[in-house]
Amino acid sequence: MILRQLQVDPAEFERRTGWAIKPEGACKGPVCVPLPESEIDRLDVEVLAQRLGMALVHDESHGIWALGPESGGHALTSAEAPDITLPDRNGNQFSLRSLRGTKVFLLAWASW
Amino acid sequence: MWQEVRSELRPRGLEIVTVALDTGGAEAAGPWIDLAKPEHPALVDEAHLLDELLGVVNVPSGVWIDEEGVIVRPPEPAFPGRVVLAELDLPDDLPPRLAEMLAESQKIQVEPERYLNALRDWAARGAESKFALPPDEVIERSRPRPPDESRAAASFEIAQHLHRNGHPADAVRWFREAHRLQPDNWTYKRQAWSFVDVLQGPTDEYEGDWLSDVRAIGAKNYYPRVEL
Repeated sequence: MILRQLQVDPAEFERRTGWAIKPEGACKGPVCVPLPESEIDRLDVEVLAQRLGMALVHDESHGIWALGPESGGHALTSAEAPDITLPDRNGNQFSLRSLRGTKVFLLAWASW
Repeated sequence: MWQEVRSELRPRGLEIVTVALDTGGAEAAGPWIDLAKPEHPALVDEAHLLDELLGVVNVPSGVWIDEEGVIVRPPEPAFPGRVVLAELDLPDDLPPRLAEMLAESQKIQVEPERYLNALRDWAARGAESKFALPPDEVIERSRPRPPDESRAAASFEIAQHLHRNGHPADAVRWFREAHRLQPDNWTYKRQAWSFVDVLQGPTDEYEGDWLSDVRAIGAKNYYPRVEL
């Protein structure tokens, strides 16, 4: 996720990475990684990067950072599908969660 | 062609959701979506979120998600029963580079009928289908993610951000860094190459190009074999 400061809103962090901030720490599916108590309300990106193995990359000339996904294991930490919400070609947001109760075949393609 | 599959499998309780991994957003993917006239959700992922969240590294890739929202097959090469390109008789008057690319594409090996039959089986039998994997195996089959691949994703994201926000020249070094760190991520490479040359041929900006990189690994290795 792109950042302009080294603090992040918990809701945005969850939307972008799938990691929810709970009293027990940062959680994805059944996996929880403890965070320092002070990190529950105010997320220090450098602490998250260190605890979750997320690369933190900085472009000084544009004043932005990017936080990569967790590392050290597999791309999927849990088999629970992340709550992916994306727009259609007209900008209308669609959430995969709205298809609960239905089998979903998700197909990634590209125009290039 | 996925629309045909959707028409067949939707009455059996399966929905298709297509996601275009396009930094160019709806402007790039929209015309293709319009042509396909999908009845299913057809979404646009201009940040390549599926790369980060699921480990997608090439297209087309399919992911199966059950009624409870549990992934039962992680990203893997996915074709709708046929590969039209493989069936084409190539005309003699194509531009040379395009002809070489298409000829190389036809050497790529996939098993589209076998894959579609597995999808049909899962649509009919659900959790009883032998093709639906348990959670531990889903995680194990998803891509390993060493620290360099997290750094590649972060670099790619900076590149996309700069490209979308009017700094395409500044984006190049970050695209290159993503390519260096994760050379087998074709979505990173093809997305960047396509900004310079629609045929993804050799450029001054990037060391690789589609034809050279495919030949370097061998067309038969372009997609991993799907273990069904």
